[in-house]
Amino acid sequence: MRRLIVLPWKKSIEIAYKSIRARFFRSLITTLTLVLAVSFLAFSQVSIDIADNMLATGDPSLCQMLMRCGYDILPGDTSLAASPKQRWIITLSLLVCVVGIINAQLMSVTERFREIGTMKCLGALDRFIVRIFVMEAAMQGFAGALVGAVVGAISAFLAALLRFGPDTINLLPWQAIFLSTLIALVTGISLSLLGVLYPAIMAARMQPVEAMRVEQ
Amino acid sequence: MSEKLIVRVTGVTKDFDLGKIVVKVLKGIDLEIETGKYISIMGPSGSGKSTLFNMIGGLDKPTKGKVFIDEVDIAQLDAYELAWLRCRKIGYIFQTFNLIPVMTALENVTLPMTFAGMPSETAVSRGMKLLSQVGLEGRHAHKPAELSGGQQQRVAVARALANSPSIILADEPTGNLDLSTGEEIIALLKQLSQEQGTTVISATHDFKMLNVSDQVIWIRDGRVDKIQERTELEIHTGGMSS
Repeated sequence: MRRLIVLPWKKSIEIAYKSIRARFFRSLITTLTLVLAVSFLAFSQVSIDIADNMLATGDPSLCQMLMRCGYDILPGDTSLAASPKQRWIITLSLLVCVVGIINAQLMSVTERFREIGTMKCLGALDRFIVRIFVMEAAMQGFAGALVGAVVGAISAFLAALLRFGPDTINLLPWQAIFLSTLIALVTGISLSLLGVLYPAIMAARMQPVEAMRVEQ
Repeated sequence: MSEKLIVRVTGVTKDFDLGKIVVKVLKGIDLEIETGKYISIMGPSGSGKSTLFNMIGGLDKPTKGKVFIDEVDIAQLDAYELAWLRCRKIGYIFQTFNLIPVMTALENVTLPMTFAGMPSETAVSRGMKLLSQVGLEGRHAHKPAELSGGQQQRVAVARALANSPSIILADEPTGNLDLSTGEEIIALLKQLSQEQGTTVISATHDFKMLNVSDQVIWIRDGRVDKIQERTELEIHTGGMSS
């Protein structure tokens, strides 16, 4: 006899979605850290894309304008890259974001100890619990990263418009911008998933007997 | 004995290692529980009642000795089989109801059926039937927060029955309910145990439970103090109340 316990994907997505909705405000704050970090990433990358494209035209006046705006361009440079300092700041902001997500998710696990224990008493396997938490994080991650990436890209575009004047519109490297936004989006989702991993495993390892405890 | 045994506990001890000291909570328990009976486990707090109860429910493993459910040693089961046992064989009822707060009454009842792989339409129709059986017709779309304590416990009873388990384990099911609501829940459990032949095992110190119990197991200081059948019980409680 095969003793099978199942949780269809549709059902786990439904449970995850409901959990987010039930704790909407807290989810929103968790997502907000992601929005900020991802929009910073997208902003930096898209700004570089735009500047890079201006430099690539080889127009000396554009080059002058870039230097005036604080880009370090050495004679003969044909492309710009993020400076080490900038990369550091980006990495740091992403790290802070992951720590923030871990913190928020750990709180959410603690809050739901009884719920998780009850599910295990009803026959849920460890991996169902992990899956529900991961689905939640994926949804939050997708929403947060999407908003962040779009906000970041748009603000980079507006900043370029202000600094370099309306002519920049003709020079926008759409493909590179799209790629940078996509990278920011994927990074954001990965960060969200990375942040939920430890809390989800902790939740899954919980003993069902915890559900029996009377004190909250 | 010709009756079929559903739970057999042999020589179970349980120690809790608290670092410096080891607390011996259960000191050798032997029990046999027959199918279809309504059993109450009584005892003062700290007697090991809850620990024993958790062992029977497969929620905790004994230090020594064996627990058999349907003649299967639960210590031998792996995680999948234990989950299957919890899902299909045992229905749990908690003192604190433990409904999933984000789900409606119906979703709470159908969750164990989903785990058991029941198609969603069948689960919904069975869930509705169970809800009306526990007297909650028309409340299926309500969230636990919108139901009273007694109603929540009724949902929990319906959920415990979801996969037609052989055993219902109720841990102080009336502990958080007022007197009359508690009596209603007890009557409901008794009725279900009679109609469906489900074994009900409840840990309690609620004396209202005694009247409906077929058997009362008294636990004292980690040992079985005495096991009383219903007949001897009535004389005993009568003596106490006078």
